Amino acid sequence: MEEVLIELHVSKKIHTNNGIEKLDVDLKIPEYGFVTLFGKSGAGKTTLLRIIAGLTKPDHGFIKVGQEIWYDSVHKINIKPQQRNIGFVFQNYALFPNMTVKEHLIYANPEKEKQYISELLDVFHLKGLCNRKPEKLSGGQQQRLAVARALARKPQILLLDEPLSALDSTMRHVLQNEIIQAHKNFHATTLLVSHDIDEVYKLSDFVYVIENGKIQKQGKPDDVFDGTNVEPSIQLTGIILEIENNILTVSVNNKIARITSTPEEIENLKINDKILITAKAIKPRIRKLADDESFSVEAFIGTTMAE
Amino acid sequence: MNEAFFQTFWISIKLASLTTIVLFCAGIPIAWFLTYSSFRLKVVLQAFVSMPLVLPPSVLGFYLLLAFSQNYWFGSFLNHYFKIQLAFTFLGILIGSIIFNLPFMVNSIQTGFSNLPVSLKDASYTLGKSRLTTLLRVLLPNMKPALLTGVCLTFAHTIGEFGVVLMIGGSIPGKTRVASLAVYDEVQALNFGMANKYAMFLFIFSFIILLFIYSVNRDYLKWKRF
Repeated sequence: MEEVLIELHVSKKIHTNNGIEKLDVDLKIPEYGFVTLFGKSGAGKTTLLRIIAGLTKPDHGFIKVGQEIWYDSVHKINIKPQQRNIGFVFQNYALFPNMTVKEHLIYANPEKEKQYISELLDVFHLKGLCNRKPEKLSGGQQQRLAVARALARKPQILLLDEPLSALDSTMRHVLQNEIIQAHKNFHATTLLVSHDIDEVYKLSDFVYVIENGKIQKQGKPDDVFDGTNVEPSIQLTGIILEIENNILTVSVNNKIARITSTPEEIENLKINDKILITAKAIKPRIRKLADDESFSVEAFIGTTMAE
Repeated sequence: MNEAFFQTFWISIKLASLTTIVLFCAGIPIAWFLTYSSFRLKVVLQAFVSMPLVLPPSVLGFYLLLAFSQNYWFGSFLNHYFKIQLAFTFLGILIGSIIFNLPFMVNSIQTGFSNLPVSLKDASYTLGKSRLTTLLRVLLPNMKPALLTGVCLTFAHTIGEFGVVLMIGGSIPGKTRVASLAVYDEVQALNFGMANKYAMFLFIFSFIILLFIYSVNRDYLKWKRF
Protein backbone atom coordinates (compact mmCIF):
# COMPACT_ATOMS: atom_id res chain seq x y z
CA MET A 1 0.00 0.00 0.00
CA GLU A 2 1.19 3.52 -0.83
CA GLU A 3 2.04 5.94 1.92
CA VAL A 4 -1.00 7.50 3.62
CA LEU A 5 -1.22 11.24 2.93
CA ILE A 6 -4.47 12.27 4.58
CA GLU A 7 -5.61 10.78 7.84
CA LEU A 8 -8.90 12.11 9.01
CA HIS A 9 -11.38 11.45 11.74
CA VAL A 10 -14.04 14.11 12.13
CA SER A 11 -17.58 14.51 13.34
CA LYS A 12 -20.03 17.32 12.79
CA LYS A 13 -23.77 17.86 13.08
CA ILE A 14 -25.16 18.61 9.63
CA HIS A 15 -28.55 19.73 8.36
CA THR A 16 -29.95 17.30 5.81
CA ASN A 17 -33.34 16.69 4.21
CA ASN A 18 -34.08 14.25 7.05
CA GLY A 19 -33.33 16.81 9.75
CA ILE A 20 -30.12 17.09 11.74
CA GLU A 21 -27.73 14.17 11.32
CA LYS A 22 -24.26 13.48 12.57
CA LEU A 23 -21.45 13.25 10.08
CA ASP A 24 -18.92 10.87 11.60
CA VAL A 25 -16.19 9.75 9.28
CA ASP A 26 -12.82 8.03 9.38
CA LEU A 27 -10.72 8.19 6.19
CA LYS A 28 -7.23 7.30 5.05
CA ILE A 29 -6.19 8.55 1.66
CA PRO A 30 -2.98 7.33 0.01
CA GLU A 31 -0.53 9.76 -1.54
CA TYR A 32 -1.14 10.30 -5.29
CA GLY A 33 -4.35 8.25 -5.00
CA PHE A 34 -7.66 9.01 -6.70
CA VAL A 35 -10.34 8.47 -4.10
CA THR A 36 -14.08 9.01 -4.48
CA LEU A 37 -16.68 9.85 -1.86
CA PHE A 38 -19.81 8.26 -3.27
CA GLY A 39 -23.34 8.70 -2.01
CA LYS A 40 -26.69 10.35 -2.44
CA SER A 41 -26.98 14.13 -2.17
CA GLY A 42 -27.31 15.30 1.41
CA ALA A 43 -25.14 12.45 2.74
CA GLY A 44 -22.45 14.89 3.89
CA LYS A 45 -19.94 14.42 1.05
CA THR A 46 -19.56 18.10 0.21
CA THR A 47 -19.33 19.02 3.91
CA LEU A 48 -16.47 16.55 4.25
CA LEU A 49 -14.63 18.14 1.33
CA ARG A 50 -15.16 21.61 2.82
CA ILE A 51 -13.86 20.36 6.17
CA ILE A 52 -10.65 19.16 4.51
CA ALA A 53 -10.33 22.53 2.75
CA GLY A 54 -10.82 24.39 6.03
CA LEU A 55 -13.96 26.15 4.78
CA THR A 56 -16.18 24.38 7.32
CA LYS A 57 -15.14 23.65 10.88
CA PRO A 58 -15.94 20.21 12.28
CA ASP A 59 -17.22 19.79 15.85
CA HIS A 60 -14.59 17.25 16.87
CA GLY A 61 -11.72 15.23 15.48
CA PHE A 62 -8.43 15.67 13.67
CA ILE A 63 -7.03 15.99 10.17
CA LYS A 64 -3.43 15.05 9.52
CA VAL A 65 -1.82 15.62 6.14
CA GLY A 66 1.66 14.13 5.80
CA GLN A 67 3.39 15.20 9.01
CA GLU A 68 1.27 18.35 9.45
CA ILE A 69 -1.78 18.65 11.69
CA TRP A 70 -4.43 20.72 9.89
CA TYR A 71 -7.13 20.36 12.50
CA ASP A 72 -7.20 19.03 16.02
CA SER A 73 -10.14 19.78 18.29
CA VAL A 74 -8.31 18.61 21.43
CA HIS A 75 -5.30 20.90 20.94
CA LYS A 76 -7.42 23.61 19.34
CA ILE A 77 -5.47 23.60 16.09
CA ASN A 78 -7.30 24.81 12.97
CA ILE A 79 -5.14 25.91 10.06
CA LYS A 80 -6.73 28.52 7.78
CA PRO A 81 -7.81 27.45 4.28
CA GLN A 82 -5.16 29.78 2.82
CA GLN A 83 -2.41 27.78 4.50
CA ARG A 84 -3.64 24.37 3.37
CA ASN A 85 -2.04 23.43 0.09
CA ILE A 86 -5.17 22.37 -1.75
CA GLY A 87 -7.03 22.98 -4.99
CA PHE A 88 -10.82 23.05 -4.79
CA VAL A 89 -13.17 22.70 -7.75
CA PHE A 90 -16.63 23.89 -6.74
CA GLN A 91 -19.83 22.39 -8.09
CA ASN A 92 -20.81 25.77 -9.55
CA TYR A 93 -17.14 26.36 -10.56
CA ALA A 94 -17.01 29.70 -8.65
CA LEU A 95 -15.15 31.44 -11.47
CA PHE A 96 -14.43 35.13 -11.01
CA PRO A 97 -16.58 37.13 -13.48
CA ASN A 98 -14.08 40.02 -13.52
CA MET A 99 -11.10 37.93 -14.63
CA THR A 100 -10.13 36.43 -17.98
CA VAL A 101 -9.00 32.81 -18.31
CA LYS A 102 -5.36 33.80 -18.10
CA GLU A 103 -5.94 36.18 -15.19
CA HIS A 104 -7.56 33.34 -13.26
CA LEU A 105 -4.42 31.23 -13.59
CA ILE A 106 -2.05 34.09 -12.80
CA TYR A 107 -4.13 35.00 -9.74
CA ALA A 108 -3.91 31.41 -8.55
CA ASN A 109 -0.21 30.97 -9.27
CA PRO A 110 1.60 33.48 -7.11
CA GLU A 111 5.01 32.81 -8.68
CA LYS A 112 3.53 33.49 -12.12
CA GLU A 113 5.43 30.57 -13.63
CA LYS A 114 4.82 31.14 -17.32
CA GLN A 115 5.84 27.65 -18.38
CA TYR A 116 3.49 25.97 -15.92
CA ILE A 117 0.56 28.25 -16.75
CA SER A 118 1.12 27.58 -20.42
CA GLU A 119 1.15 23.81 -19.75
CA LEU A 120 -2.18 24.09 -17.92
CA LEU A 121 -3.68 26.09 -20.79
CA ASP A 122 -2.50 23.35 -23.17
CA VAL A 123 -3.73 20.35 -21.19
CA PHE A 124 -7.19 21.88 -20.72
CA HIS A 125 -7.50 23.25 -24.27
CA LEU A 126 -7.81 26.83 -23.07
CA LYS A 127 -4.97 28.36 -25.06
CA GLY A 128 -7.18 30.09 -27.62
CA LEU A 129 -9.50 31.41 -24.92
CA CYS A 130 -6.90 33.25 -22.78
CA ASN A 131 -8.55 36.65 -22.95
CA ARG A 132 -12.13 35.51 -22.49
CA LYS A 133 -14.09 36.08 -19.33
CA PRO A 134 -16.17 33.23 -17.86
CA GLU A 135 -19.44 34.54 -19.32
CA LYS A 136 -18.04 33.95 -22.82
CA LEU A 137 -17.12 30.30 -22.12
CA SER A 138 -19.26 27.20 -22.63
CA GLY A 139 -20.12 24.93 -19.68
CA GLY A 140 -17.32 22.52 -20.55
CA GLN A 141 -14.78 25.31 -20.93
CA GLN A 142 -15.81 26.80 -17.59
CA GLN A 143 -15.34 23.42 -15.97
CA ARG A 144 -11.87 23.06 -17.52
CA LEU A 145 -10.93 26.51 -16.27
CA ALA A 146 -12.14 25.63 -12.77
CA VAL A 147 -9.88 22.53 -12.71
CA ALA A 148 -6.95 24.40 -14.28
CA ARG A 149 -7.27 27.20 -11.72
CA ALA A 150 -7.34 24.69 -8.86
CA LEU A 151 -4.16 23.06 -10.20
CA ALA A 152 -2.41 26.38 -10.86
CA ARG A 153 -1.36 26.63 -7.22
CA LYS A 154 0.39 23.22 -7.55
CA PRO A 155 -1.72 21.75 -4.76
CA GLN A 156 -0.78 18.67 -2.82
CA ILE A 157 -4.45 17.70 -2.69
CA LEU A 158 -7.10 18.30 -5.34
CA LEU A 159 -10.70 18.34 -4.12
CA LEU A 160 -13.42 17.96 -6.75
CA ASP A 161 -17.03 18.58 -5.69
CA GLU A 162 -19.25 16.93 -8.32
CA PRO A 163 -17.37 18.83 -11.00
CA LEU A 164 -19.16 17.25 -13.96
CA SER A 165 -22.73 17.13 -12.70
CA ALA A 166 -23.89 20.14 -14.74
CA LEU A 167 -22.63 18.79 -18.08
CA ASP A 168 -24.25 16.56 -20.69
CA SER A 169 -23.10 12.96 -21.00
CA THR A 170 -20.85 13.50 -24.03
CA MET A 171 -19.01 16.40 -22.42
CA ARG A 172 -18.77 14.52 -19.16
CA HIS A 173 -17.09 11.62 -20.94
CA VAL A 174 -14.51 13.93 -22.56
CA LEU A 175 -13.76 15.75 -19.31
CA GLN A 176 -13.45 12.54 -17.31
CA ASN A 177 -10.56 11.65 -19.60
CA GLU A 178 -9.00 15.06 -19.10
CA ILE A 179 -9.26 14.73 -15.33
CA ILE A 180 -7.54 11.32 -15.52
CA GLN A 181 -4.82 12.90 -17.66
CA ALA A 182 -4.42 15.85 -15.30
CA HIS A 183 -4.16 13.47 -12.34
CA LYS A 184 -1.31 11.67 -14.11
CA ASN A 185 0.47 14.86 -15.20
CA PHE A 186 0.23 16.94 -12.05
CA HIS A 187 0.51 14.25 -9.33
CA ALA A 188 -2.04 15.75 -6.95
CA THR A 189 -3.71 13.38 -4.52
CA THR A 190 -7.32 13.65 -5.66
CA LEU A 191 -10.56 13.38 -3.73
CA LEU A 192 -13.72 13.40 -5.83
CA VAL A 193 -17.31 13.74 -4.66
CA SER A 194 -19.73 12.02 -7.00
CA HIS A 195 -23.03 10.23 -7.15
CA ASP A 196 -22.44 8.84 -10.62
CA ILE A 197 -21.37 5.17 -10.63
CA ASP A 198 -19.85 5.43 -14.16
CA GLU A 199 -17.63 8.21 -12.99
CA VAL A 200 -16.53 6.36 -9.87
CA TYR A 201 -15.61 3.25 -11.88
CA LYS A 202 -13.79 5.21 -14.51
CA LEU A 203 -11.81 7.63 -12.37
CA SER A 204 -11.10 6.31 -8.94
CA ASP A 205 -8.94 3.59 -7.49
CA PHE A 206 -10.64 3.63 -4.10
CA VAL A 207 -14.14 4.53 -3.04
CA TYR A 208 -15.85 5.39 0.23
CA VAL A 209 -19.63 5.02 0.18
CA ILE A 210 -21.23 7.56 2.53
CA GLU A 211 -24.81 7.25 3.68
CA ASN A 212 -26.49 9.32 6.38
CA GLY A 213 -23.19 10.79 7.45
CA LYS A 214 -21.42 7.43 7.97
CA ILE A 215 -19.11 5.38 5.80
CA GLN A 216 -21.11 2.28 4.87
CA LYS A 217 -18.56 0.64 2.59
CA GLN A 218 -15.08 1.16 1.33
CA GLY A 219 -12.75 -0.51 -1.13
CA LYS A 220 -11.90 -0.70 -4.80
CA PRO A 221 -14.87 0.23 -7.04
CA ASP A 222 -15.12 -3.39 -8.26
CA ASP A 223 -15.41 -4.74 -4.73
CA VAL A 224 -17.75 -2.04 -3.45
CA PHE A 225 -20.24 -2.32 -6.27
CA ASP A 226 -20.16 -6.14 -6.61
CA GLY A 227 -23.47 -7.87 -6.94
CA THR A 228 -25.49 -5.80 -4.52
CA ASN A 229 -25.54 -2.71 -6.69
CA VAL A 230 -25.31 -4.48 -10.03
CA GLU A 231 -28.72 -5.06 -11.56
CA PRO A 232 -29.45 -8.10 -13.78
CA SER A 233 -31.55 -5.86 -16.00
CA ILE A 234 -31.36 -2.49 -17.71
CA GLN A 235 -33.80 0.17 -16.59
CA LEU A 236 -34.65 3.39 -18.35
CA THR A 237 -37.23 6.03 -17.64
CA GLY A 238 -39.29 7.63 -20.39
CA ILE A 239 -42.32 9.78 -21.07
CA ILE A 240 -45.23 8.54 -23.18
CA LEU A 241 -45.82 10.68 -26.24
CA GLU A 242 -48.42 8.56 -28.05
CA ILE A 243 -50.40 5.35 -27.52
CA GLU A 244 -51.62 3.49 -30.58
CA ASN A 245 -52.99 -0.06 -30.38
CA ASN A 246 -50.35 -1.84 -28.34
CA ILE A 247 -47.49 0.39 -29.36
CA LEU A 248 -46.15 3.16 -27.13
CA THR A 249 -44.15 6.06 -28.54
CA VAL A 250 -41.82 7.06 -25.75
CA SER A 251 -39.19 9.75 -25.27
CA VAL A 252 -36.13 8.16 -23.63
CA ASN A 253 -32.98 10.23 -23.10
CA ASN A 254 -34.17 12.75 -25.69
CA LYS A 255 -34.65 10.04 -28.33
CA ILE A 256 -38.00 8.85 -29.59
CA ALA A 257 -38.56 5.09 -29.42
CA ARG A 258 -41.50 2.79 -30.20
CA ILE A 259 -42.11 -0.05 -27.76
CA THR A 260 -44.59 -2.90 -27.98
CA SER A 261 -46.52 -3.69 -24.85
CA THR A 262 -49.38 -5.85 -23.64
CA PRO A 263 -53.00 -4.57 -23.34
CA GLU A 264 -52.76 -5.03 -19.54
CA GLU A 265 -49.71 -2.80 -19.35
CA ILE A 266 -51.34 -0.08 -21.42
CA GLU A 267 -54.62 -0.13 -19.49
CA ASN A 268 -53.71 2.53 -16.92
CA LEU A 269 -51.32 4.55 -19.03
CA LYS A 270 -51.97 7.86 -20.71
CA ILE A 271 -49.99 10.42 -22.68
CA ASN A 272 -47.35 12.32 -20.65
CA ASP A 273 -47.12 9.55 -18.03
CA LYS A 274 -43.58 8.85 -16.82
CA ILE A 275 -42.78 5.16 -17.12
CA LEU A 276 -40.01 2.78 -16.12
CA ILE A 277 -38.87 0.42 -18.88
CA THR A 278 -37.06 -2.71 -17.75
CA ALA A 279 -35.28 -5.11 -20.08
CA LYS A 280 -33.41 -8.22 -18.98
CA ALA A 281 -29.73 -7.86 -19.68
CA ILE A 282 -29.51 -11.37 -21.19
CA LYS A 283 -27.80 -11.32 -24.57
CA PRO A 284 -28.44 -7.72 -25.50
CA ARG A 285 -26.87 -6.50 -28.74
CA ILE A 286 -23.78 -4.46 -28.05
CA ARG A 287 -21.87 -2.20 -30.41
CA LYS A 288 -18.95 0.10 -29.62
CA LEU A 289 -19.74 3.78 -30.11
CA ALA A 290 -17.29 6.02 -31.89
CA ASP A 291 -15.90 8.85 -29.73
CA ASP A 292 -17.99 11.49 -31.47
CA GLU A 293 -21.16 9.41 -31.49
CA SER A 294 -23.71 10.40 -28.89
CA PHE A 295 -25.46 7.92 -26.61
CA SER A 296 -28.34 6.18 -28.30
CA VAL A 297 -31.09 3.96 -27.02
CA GLU A 298 -31.59 2.10 -30.29
CA ALA A 299 -29.62 -0.96 -29.22
CA PHE A 300 -31.68 -1.25 -26.10
CA ILE A 301 -34.99 -0.75 -27.87
CA GLY A 302 -34.01 -3.43 -30.41
CA THR A 303 -33.58 -5.90 -27.58
CA THR A 304 -36.99 -5.11 -26.19
CA MET A 305 -38.66 -5.55 -29.54
CA ALA A 306 -36.96 -8.91 -29.99
CA GLU A 307 -38.36 -10.11 -26.68
CA MET B 1 -27.74 84.29 -8.65
CA ASN B 2 -25.53 85.83 -6.01
CA GLU B 3 -22.50 84.80 -4.06
CA ALA B 4 -24.54 83.47 -1.13
CA PHE B 5 -26.32 81.07 -3.50
CA PHE B 6 -23.06 79.54 -4.75
CA GLN B 7 -21.56 79.54 -1.29
CA THR B 8 -24.54 77.60 0.07
CA PHE B 9 -24.29 75.05 -2.73
CA TRP B 10 -20.57 74.79 -2.27
CA ILE B 11 -21.12 73.89 1.44
CA SER B 12 -23.77 71.33 0.40
CA ILE B 13 -21.43 69.71 -2.13
CA LYS B 14 -18.43 69.80 0.19
CA LEU B 15 -20.50 68.18 2.95
CA ALA B 16 -21.89 65.51 0.62
CA SER B 17 -18.48 64.70 -0.92
CA LEU B 18 -16.68 64.37 2.41
CA THR B 19 -19.53 62.34 3.92
CA THR B 20 -19.45 59.99 0.92
CA ILE B 21 -15.67 59.54 0.98
CA VAL B 22 -15.57 58.80 4.72
CA LEU B 23 -18.56 56.45 4.52
CA PHE B 24 -17.19 54.60 1.48
CA CYS B 25 -13.99 53.80 3.37
CA ALA B 26 -15.81 52.91 6.59
CA GLY B 27 -18.82 51.24 4.94
CA ILE B 28 -16.86 48.48 3.19
CA PRO B 29 -15.37 46.92 6.35
CA ILE B 30 -18.63 47.37 8.30
CA ALA B 31 -20.68 45.74 5.51
CA TRP B 32 -18.09 42.94 5.17
CA PHE B 33 -18.34 42.24 8.90
CA LEU B 34 -22.16 42.29 8.84
CA THR B 35 -22.26 39.89 5.88
CA TYR B 36 -19.59 37.34 6.72
CA SER B 37 -18.95 37.43 10.45
CA SER B 38 -20.42 34.71 12.60
CA PHE B 39 -20.26 36.98 15.67
CA ARG B 40 -23.55 36.53 17.50
CA LEU B 41 -24.08 40.11 18.59
CA LYS B 42 -23.68 41.49 15.08
CA VAL B 43 -27.47 42.04 14.96
CA VAL B 44 -26.93 44.79 17.52
CA LEU B 45 -24.51 46.54 15.18
CA GLN B 46 -26.92 45.95 12.29
CA ALA B 47 -29.71 47.61 14.29
CA PHE B 48 -27.52 50.60 15.16
CA VAL B 49 -26.46 51.05 11.54
CA SER B 50 -30.09 51.04 10.40
CA MET B 51 -31.42 53.29 13.20
CA PRO B 52 -31.22 56.53 11.16
CA LEU B 53 -33.70 55.00 8.67
CA VAL B 54 -36.48 55.02 11.28
CA LEU B 55 -35.35 57.66 13.75
CA PRO B 56 -36.64 61.24 13.19
CA PRO B 57 -33.59 63.33 12.17
CA SER B 58 -34.47 65.79 14.92
CA VAL B 59 -33.99 63.07 17.55
CA LEU B 60 -30.54 62.16 16.28
CA GLY B 61 -29.68 65.84 15.85
CA PHE B 62 -30.85 66.61 19.38
CA TYR B 63 -28.67 63.95 21.01
CA LEU B 64 -25.68 64.85 18.88
CA LEU B 65 -26.14 68.51 19.80
CA LEU B 66 -26.17 67.59 23.48
CA ALA B 67 -23.09 65.42 23.00
CA PHE B 68 -21.24 68.19 21.16
CA SER B 69 -22.27 70.88 23.65
CA GLN B 70 -19.66 72.44 25.95
CA ASN B 71 -21.97 71.72 28.89
CA TYR B 72 -21.56 67.96 28.60
CA TRP B 73 -18.50 65.78 29.04
CA PHE B 74 -17.86 64.80 25.40
CA GLY B 75 -18.06 68.34 24.06
CA SER B 76 -16.03 69.81 26.88
CA PHE B 77 -13.50 66.96 26.62
CA LEU B 78 -12.96 67.69 22.89
CA ASN B 79 -12.71 71.41 23.52
CA HIS B 80 -10.41 71.08 26.48
CA TYR B 81 -7.93 68.59 25.10
CA PHE B 82 -8.13 69.05 21.33
CA LYS B 83 -9.58 72.55 21.01
CA ILE B 84 -12.30 71.15 18.76
CA GLN B 85 -15.81 72.58 18.71
CA LEU B 86 -18.48 70.53 17.00
CA ALA B 87 -21.75 72.29 17.80
CA PHE B 88 -22.62 74.86 15.11
CA THR B 89 -19.52 74.08 13.01
CA PHE B 90 -18.93 72.42 9.66
CA LEU B 91 -17.06 69.54 11.31
CA GLY B 92 -20.11 69.01 13.53
CA ILE B 93 -22.56 68.74 10.62
CA LEU B 94 -20.07 66.47 8.81
CA ILE B 95 -20.02 64.02 11.75
CA GLY B 96 -23.81 64.27 12.02
CA SER B 97 -24.25 63.46 8.35
CA ILE B 98 -21.79 60.58 8.47
CA ILE B 99 -23.80 58.96 11.25
CA PHE B 100 -27.12 59.78 9.64
CA ASN B 101 -26.12 58.35 6.22
CA LEU B 102 -24.54 55.17 7.54
CA PRO B 103 -27.43 52.90 6.46
CA PHE B 104 -27.50 54.23 2.89
CA MET B 105 -23.89 53.26 2.32
CA VAL B 106 -23.63 50.15 4.50
CA ASN B 107 -26.92 48.55 3.42
CA SER B 108 -26.13 49.05 -0.28
CA ILE B 109 -22.68 47.47 0.04
CA GLN B 110 -24.04 44.71 2.25
CA THR B 111 -26.61 43.84 -0.42
CA GLY B 112 -23.73 43.68 -2.90
CA PHE B 113 -21.79 41.21 -0.73
CA SER B 114 -24.89 39.08 -0.10
CA ASN B 115 -25.66 38.85 -3.82
CA LEU B 116 -22.24 37.39 -4.59
CA PRO B 117 -22.09 33.58 -4.43
CA VAL B 118 -20.25 32.62 -1.22
CA SER B 119 -18.17 30.24 -3.31
CA LEU B 120 -16.30 33.19 -4.88
CA LYS B 121 -14.85 34.08 -1.49
CA ASP B 122 -14.23 30.41 -0.66
CA ALA B 123 -12.53 29.82 -4.01
CA SER B 124 -10.18 32.73 -3.45
CA TYR B 125 -9.33 31.49 0.07
CA THR B 126 -8.54 28.01 -1.26
CA LEU B 127 -6.16 29.65 -3.74
CA GLY B 128 -4.23 30.93 -0.73
CA LYS B 129 -5.43 34.53 -0.91
CA SER B 130 -5.89 36.62 2.22
CA ARG B 131 -9.16 38.29 3.18
CA LEU B 132 -7.87 41.67 2.02
CA THR B 133 -6.65 40.38 -1.36
CA THR B 134 -9.94 38.52 -1.82
CA LEU B 135 -11.88 41.68 -1.00
CA LEU B 136 -9.89 43.91 -3.35
CA ARG B 137 -9.34 41.53 -6.27
CA VAL B 138 -12.46 39.34 -6.26
CA LEU B 139 -15.35 40.68 -4.18
CA LEU B 140 -15.34 44.45 -4.81
CA PRO B 141 -14.69 44.26 -8.59
CA ASN B 142 -17.74 41.98 -8.94
CA MET B 143 -20.15 44.23 -7.06
CA LYS B 144 -19.60 47.59 -8.74
CA PRO B 145 -23.35 48.30 -9.08
CA ALA B 146 -23.77 48.01 -5.30
CA LEU B 147 -20.80 50.29 -4.67
CA LEU B 148 -22.11 52.83 -7.14
CA THR B 149 -25.56 52.72 -5.56
CA GLY B 150 -24.07 53.26 -2.10
CA VAL B 151 -21.98 56.21 -3.25
CA CYS B 152 -24.76 57.94 -5.21
CA LEU B 153 -27.46 57.39 -2.60
CA THR B 154 -25.23 58.68 0.18
CA PHE B 155 -24.20 61.72 -1.84
CA ALA B 156 -27.74 62.56 -2.94
CA HIS B 157 -29.20 61.95 0.49
CA THR B 158 -26.64 64.23 2.15
CA ILE B 159 -27.50 66.98 -0.32
CA GLY B 160 -31.14 66.63 0.73
CA GLU B 161 -30.48 66.42 4.48
CA PHE B 162 -32.42 68.78 6.72
CA GLY B 163 -33.16 67.88 10.32
CA VAL B 164 -29.76 66.75 11.58
CA VAL B 165 -27.90 69.59 9.87
CA LEU B 166 -30.33 72.15 11.23
CA MET B 167 -30.12 70.84 14.80
CA ILE B 168 -26.33 70.60 14.90
CA GLY B 169 -25.36 73.38 12.52
CA GLY B 170 -28.03 75.97 13.17
CA SER B 171 -28.07 77.16 9.53
CA ILE B 172 -25.30 79.76 9.82
CA PRO B 173 -24.80 81.33 6.35
CA GLY B 174 -21.34 80.64 4.93
CA LYS B 175 -20.61 78.09 7.61
CA THR B 176 -23.30 75.49 8.14
CA ARG B 177 -26.18 76.62 5.93
CA VAL B 178 -26.72 74.05 3.18
CA ALA B 179 -29.09 74.32 0.18
CA SER B 180 -31.92 72.32 1.74
CA LEU B 181 -31.91 74.67 4.77
CA ALA B 182 -31.72 77.72 2.52
CA VAL B 183 -35.08 76.79 0.95
CA TYR B 184 -36.68 76.88 4.37
CA ASP B 185 -34.93 80.10 5.43
CA GLU B 186 -35.94 81.89 2.22
CA VAL B 187 -39.57 80.84 2.62
CA GLN B 188 -39.52 82.09 6.20
CA ALA B 189 -38.23 85.41 4.91
CA LEU B 190 -40.95 85.37 2.19
CA ASN B 191 -38.31 85.34 -0.59
CA PHE B 192 -40.23 82.84 -2.72
CA GLY B 193 -38.20 83.54 -5.84
CA MET B 194 -34.94 82.65 -4.13
CA ALA B 195 -36.53 79.65 -2.40
CA ASN B 196 -37.65 78.43 -5.81
CA LYS B 197 -34.12 78.68 -7.21
CA TYR B 198 -32.73 76.51 -4.42
CA ALA B 199 -35.63 74.10 -4.60
CA MET B 200 -35.50 73.73 -8.39
CA PHE B 201 -31.77 73.14 -8.30
CA LEU B 202 -32.15 70.41 -5.66
CA PHE B 203 -35.04 68.85 -7.56
CA ILE B 204 -33.11 68.56 -10.83
CA PHE B 205 -29.92 67.49 -9.09
CA SER B 206 -31.64 64.62 -7.24
CA PHE B 207 -33.37 63.44 -10.40
CA ILE B 208 -30.11 63.38 -12.36
CA ILE B 209 -28.35 61.35 -9.64
CA LEU B 210 -31.11 58.72 -9.57
CA LEU B 211 -31.28 58.61 -13.36
CA PHE B 212 -27.53 58.00 -13.43
CA ILE B 213 -27.70 55.14 -10.89
CA TYR B 214 -30.53 53.36 -12.64
CA SER B 215 -29.12 53.69 -16.15
CA VAL B 216 -25.63 52.51 -15.16
CA ASN B 217 -26.94 49.64 -13.05
CA ARG B 218 -29.24 48.52 -15.84
CA ASP B 219 -26.18 47.98 -18.01
CA TYR B 220 -24.43 46.06 -15.24
CA LEU B 221 -27.44 43.84 -14.68
CA LYS B 222 -27.06 42.60 -18.23
CA TRP B 223 -23.99 40.73 -16.99
CA LYS B 224 -24.53 37.06 -16.67
CA ARG B 225 -24.14 35.90 -13.10
CA PHE B 226 -21.93 33.02 -12.05
